[in-house]
Amino acid sequence: MTPEYLSRFGGILIFILGGIAFVLLVVGIARMIRPNRPDENKLSPYECGEDPVGNVWTNFNVRFYLVALLFLLFEVELVLLFPWAVLFSDAESLATFGTSWIWISITEITLFLGMLIAGLAYAWRKGYLAWVKPDPKPETIEPVVPGALYEEINRQYERKK
Amino acid sequence: MEQIIFIILSVLAVVGALAVIFSSNAVYSVLFLVLTFFAIAGHFILLNAQFLAIVNIIVYAGAIMVLFLFVIMLLNLNKDSEAPTPALARIAGAIAAGLLMVTIVGAFKGLSQGSDVALRGGEIGTVSRLGQVLFSDFLLPFEISSVLFLSAMIGAVMLGKKNLKDS
Amino acid sequence: METALFLDKLILVVSVFGASLGIAMYSTLAERKFAAFFQDRLGPNRAGLFGILQPVADGVKLFMKEEIIPAQANKFLFILGPSLFMITALMTSAVIPWSTPLDLGDRTMELQVTDINIGLLYVFGVVSIGVYGIMIGGWASNNKYSLMGALRASSQMISYELAMGFSIIAIIMITGSMGLKDVVNAQSTELFGISGLNWNIFYQPLGFLIFIICAFAECNRTPFDLPECEAELVGGYHTEYSSMKLGLFLFAEYVNMFISSAMMAGLYFGGYNFPFMYELGLSQNALSILGLVAFMTKILAFIFFFMWIRWTIPRFRYDQLMHLGWKVLIPLAIMNLIATGGVMTFMASK
Repeated sequence: MTPEYLSRFGGILIFILGGIAFVLLVVGIARMIRPNRPDENKLSPYECGEDPVGNVWTNFNVRFYLVALLFLLFEVELVLLFPWAVLFSDAESLATFGTSWIWISITEITLFLGMLIAGLAYAWRKGYLAWVKPDPKPETIEPVVPGALYEEINRQYERKK
Repeated sequence: MEQIIFIILSVLAVVGALAVIFSSNAVYSVLFLVLTFFAIAGHFILLNAQFLAIVNIIVYAGAIMVLFLFVIMLLNLNKDSEAPTPALARIAGAIAAGLLMVTIVGAFKGLSQGSDVALRGGEIGTVSRLGQVLFSDFLLPFEISSVLFLSAMIGAVMLGKKNLKDS
Repeated sequence: METALFLDKLILVVSVFGASLGIAMYSTLAERKFAAFFQDRLGPNRAGLFGILQPVADGVKLFMKEEIIPAQANKFLFILGPSLFMITALMTSAVIPWSTPLDLGDRTMELQVTDINIGLLYVFGVVSIGVYGIMIGGWASNNKYSLMGALRASSQMISYELAMGFSIIAIIMITGSMGLKDVVNAQSTELFGISGLNWNIFYQPLGFLIFIICAFAECNRTPFDLPECEAELVGGYHTEYSSMKLGLFLFAEYVNMFISSAMMAGLYFGGYNFPFMYELGLSQNALSILGLVAFMTKILAFIFFFMWIRWTIPRFRYDQLMHLGWKVLIPLAIMNLIATGGVMTFMASK
């Protein structure tokens, strides 16, 4: 006899298997009925009609990596909050410890969250969270027509008014 | 039924772990490692440790492995760009791994096989039980772990700051 | 008895799959129709009455199209990417409670595939592995646009996942359980003397706002559709995809939209609970069916909202996106968490 908790997770297993079956089915049918006439141009990477230059798999902006690093630390802390949240308004513990339970509970987590906030604030202050802002440079153009001409025309029309 | 699932999961975990080491493409290695984590999560569920199972997936598969993928893409660890490992590093690596192996074997030799009746009791692996233990008996380690996270964050910021300046 | 229960489950699983795929399929038509409405056009109206067969036509077209796998792409990962994305999109609906149990005479039928008591954590876990499909697909394409799209997508998804997690925790705090069924059932009690109106939205308005923004970002929907923003990246992470694999990517997006609408309706808008549900004196089965209708109505309303936003709000810039995620939403979500805890402590010790 399978324990009850296992049969519950069995439902999830069925869903994963069902998802895999669906994808295999769809991809399989498409494979059977679609035409297949490859040529060199079709198989080249799409770069808006140009021949691709250089390798794609190359270094990219380090900020993506830094975001992932920070995310990892936050994620671990976040996961530790889950059991606390379940227990926070837990009737059993409330009955055992009375209202002091909820005070203990909130103090514990405020300390924990305090550290989290301190970390976030530190990262913030050090500019770790700042993404590169676009820096549009205004173009300076030397006009062929001197500005004095425009001013003269403006004056001309002002007088007419 | 349980037996069959256990065997399938174990085979998946072992094959996945071996594939991590033997696949030449680093991206494949990461994906096989994710597969291994899923198999291990399945084992946790068999033991009724639900919280650990999902946390294993969230933290390892969902966060650490994403970071690994980023690193592999960032450093472009392809076959062509792989730097030859110096002989000294190889020997050091072999010795370190061997020592770890000895430690693990020693640790497992000391274990006696406990009965799993307690685990099957239904409630012990659930989140609320785990929380009750975590927030009463292990409160101090829990709070200290937050300090650890803070220091890790500061470390990450310091390292990252250096990288940002370079780029 | 055992076989009857098994059959019940089978029917349920098949209908949940069918419903998610069917709704996702017709969402594509609805999106085009709404787009047409907002832009004062007619929209697709050739295939069948009012274009009702348009999704079928689209599907057949995707099946019949030639598939191109670029020569330099990593073939295995190129196929794995969209498949994984689709599988992760379908996985969440296993834990969503669709309605109150049906009474079938000798047995009751739970309208939820599986009621694990870590339901919310499971949902969070599926969200956290959802990034793989895009990342693998974009990387394997060996195309610069695809890789940039994939990077943007994964960076955006992990950033918004955090704020989403904090708002989920606030829900768990007020419910005291992670089972989705418990969360929905807790909202069936009375508020202002009306049964079935004790919705979490009244307790967690800020949490809901954070959750819905994060849901938009996790689904890569406008205004967070930078990963596939056509002005800069051609097609983003699916630039190189064609035929059914492109279909899987696009279709999974609609499945994701359906699932996140269901999550929002279930977590904040009472799920299958509707006002006056117990005052009407309905039988169990009628209650169950009406509950399902109410839930579906809420879900469809959220799907409409997704589309409404898409044709209303322009896209963010990437630095604005990161600013919103890390410097606005995460601090707000933590504040929401502390405020919830504070209020609950105050209420409990009063």
